[in-house]
Amino acid sequence: MIEGLAAIYIFMLAGFTGYEIISKVPVILHTPLMSGSNFVHGIVLVGAMVALGIAETTAQQAIGFIAVLLGAGNAVGGYVVTERMLEMFRPSDKKEKGEDS
Amino acid sequence: MEILIQAAYLIAAALFILGLKQMSSPVTARRGILWAGAGMVLATLATFMSPQILDSDQVSINIMLIIIAIALGGGYAWYSGKKVAMTDMPQMIAMYNGMGGGAAAAIAAVELIKASNEAAHDVTGSSTVADMLGADVAILGILGAIIGTISFSGSIIAWAKLDGRLNRSKLLPMQHVINALLAIVTLGFGVAIYFTNSIDTIIIFYLLALVLGVFITVPVGGADMPVIISLFNALTGLAVGFEGYVLGNAAMIIAGIVVGSAGSLLTQLMAKAMNRSVANVFFAGVGTDAAAVSGDGSEGVMKEIQAQDAGILMSFASQVVIIPGYGMAVAQAQHKIWELTQILTEKGVNVKFAIHPVAGRMPGHMNVLLAEAGVPYDMIYDMEDINADFKNTTVALVIGANDVVNPSAKTDSSSPLFGMPILDAIDADNVIVIKRGRGTGFSGVENPLFFADNTKMLFGDGQKAASELIQAVKEL
Repeated sequence: MIEGLAAIYIFMLAGFTGYEIISKVPVILHTPLMSGSNFVHGIVLVGAMVALGIAETTAQQAIGFIAVLLGAGNAVGGYVVTERMLEMFRPSDKKEKGEDS
Repeated sequence: MEILIQAAYLIAAALFILGLKQMSSPVTARRGILWAGAGMVLATLATFMSPQILDSDQVSINIMLIIIAIALGGGYAWYSGKKVAMTDMPQMIAMYNGMGGGAAAAIAAVELIKASNEAAHDVTGSSTVADMLGADVAILGILGAIIGTISFSGSIIAWAKLDGRLNRSKLLPMQHVINALLAIVTLGFGVAIYFTNSIDTIIIFYLLALVLGVFITVPVGGADMPVIISLFNALTGLAVGFEGYVLGNAAMIIAGIVVGSAGSLLTQLMAKAMNRSVANVFFAGVGTDAAAVSGDGSEGVMKEIQAQDAGILMSFASQVVIIPGYGMAVAQAQHKIWELTQILTEKGVNVKFAIHPVAGRMPGHMNVLLAEAGVPYDMIYDMEDINADFKNTTVALVIGANDVVNPSAKTDSSSPLFGMPILDAIDADNVIVIKRGRGTGFSGVENPLFFADNTKMLFGDGQKAASELIQAVKEL
């Protein structure tokens, strides 16, 4: 369903989008953002599920299983660490409320 | 059904992009990850309904395997991600990124093996993988496989290096030549997969790509690791995008390519902040050559100061700029430093934090570590914003940082750090350096700042030194 020229358009537009998102980011968010984009390519999980889902032989199932295992690790791990990092960003007006951990 | 699944993927892709967009501002960043997370859950649930999976001969066992794999992989990642210390975040990102690359490579493996089997059992008997998949799918599938595999093994090496499990920076003589040859041979096998239907070719191809990832990453110097991790992050994105094309999955294509291009730009920004080109990072490791050790040995003596005196100096300062480095985070001194900051602020001292773009292990890592301790982000200044201000600074307190304040980056063209932008701590009236010992920094380069006339050294563990400073300041 996604073929030839249409695919090239998607590749191109997605490329510009990624460039556009990053180009205005302050340095303080570089690490969280790298972590965030690391999470986003965890979408590979979806492909891994399909790969395992269409597996026919035991070998294919084994490789597909590894794919889902790794993909789930990418998605979940990426989410957890990004969320933990971003949770800590707070402006100074809140410091008076005694949040000294 | 199909249309609903496609709609779910479309919404997920939109949520990823909007989420990343919101992550690019500190105010909305937290909401951004929640949005992206919602997109991921939506896409995952929709995939369970996918006819590709439901029409399979082995639907029940495959679905069961999927659920078990998600539970195991996700459970492990959840546990490790919650548990990891903030200082170890970069290697965790490397690890999760490697997993993504491995997943993309494994998807390609399933597709290639499948096509290879079909081709071998085709009536003509001489069909190839390319005949079965079509040229475009075969090429992108194989490219995604090689990129994903390199990202997988390379990220694991990066993780091991940052985690202190692997310290070697050299494997073989003429490593770069060997790498180049290996890359060519690996690509050769990739081409061979395209034109044949042999499973053995596929296996050798993957093994070579695994080794290539290891060989590429091992010689990279520790200080350059963030650039490599960022690059592998971009590569994984690319591999995911390519495999998305193979599977005809729009969400994977969009998310993968967005990350691929965003990650490439981020890699360049990081390399630029360290005044290294990306190629440079790969082909020369700082501190691994003899040049780094020699230097002129920075003549002079370090002048020691006691915490008592340092405390007095800071209490009566008009402005104190704190320059934290990774050493502070390792010593877990950031909480003490924040306590010190609060006491000084009460005494009317203007306290600022100066962050070098590569402080910590990645750009922005130090900001995260300070944020964890409770330091509000508006007290934290970037290099460009603070450098001119050092002239009006009574005390520059350097804790656990070294290379980022090394003036030889500006003055000594023979220094390996030459040309790297630095924090001009040396311009302050007084510089106090908290340091554990007299050794050199991460890059192994001597630091003339420590021998400067206005510099005093406060030797000791970061946490202990910070406590002593707090004590000294409190007593006044």
